[in-house]
Amino acid sequence: MEIRIRYFASIREIVGQTEELLTVPATTRVTDVRDLLLARTPPLQLVLERSVCAVNRRYVPVETALHDGDELVFIPPTGGGS
Amino acid sequence: MEPIILLTREPLNRDALIAAVSHPSIGGIVTFEGVVRDNARGKQVHYLEYDAYEEMAVQQIRTIIADAEQRWGIERAAVAHRFGRLEIGEASVIIVVASPHRAEAFEACRYIIDTLKTTVPIWKKEVATNGETWVEG
Repeated sequence: MEIRIRYFASIREIVGQTEELLTVPATTRVTDVRDLLLARTPPLQLVLERSVCAVNRRYVPVETALHDGDELVFIPPTGGGS
Repeated sequence: MEPIILLTREPLNRDALIAAVSHPSIGGIVTFEGVVRDNARGKQVHYLEYDAYEEMAVQQIRTIIADAEQRWGIERAAVAHRFGRLEIGEASVIIVVASPHRAEAFEACRYIIDTLKTTVPIWKKEVATNGETWVEG
């Protein structure tokens, strides 16, 4: 199946692109994609450890199973300013 | 009324937002405006760069306003957030809440900005004299 990953903020700068389509096995979970990104781009480690994730624009746990056509985003900490 | 939610690269228009929530039934309008400061954590800030996951940010802001409407009975609110490059003194966010009485408007406005900072996917990068930093809350 194919999923769409979009990159923002520090993650976007580290991977050097705004989005990509990824072909993954049918049983893939969010955490599997995270592992895959980390293996491919080790400098993501620090920020991914601090990120939460969203599938189809909703916050979800990393154990969430992905489906064909899903949009996945890792969301680094927000909340600048006070 | 349907809340006004705006994400834009253009300068924010405070007067237009206030006009949009104004109504004869309204007794108080509270506005919060976040502006770009020239210093942070001892550094001299040149400018800020905001990045936004626009579609999700709009959804999250809609949820926050709906919560505020439930809790304080406010009926008229507008939230505008700018992204892209912002210079010192420019407004990054404007929240306008109107209600029949002031207490609810103050509390709802405070709730909306505080919650927005923690749950809405909008990020801020400080570009300072000694480098760039994505700010984490």
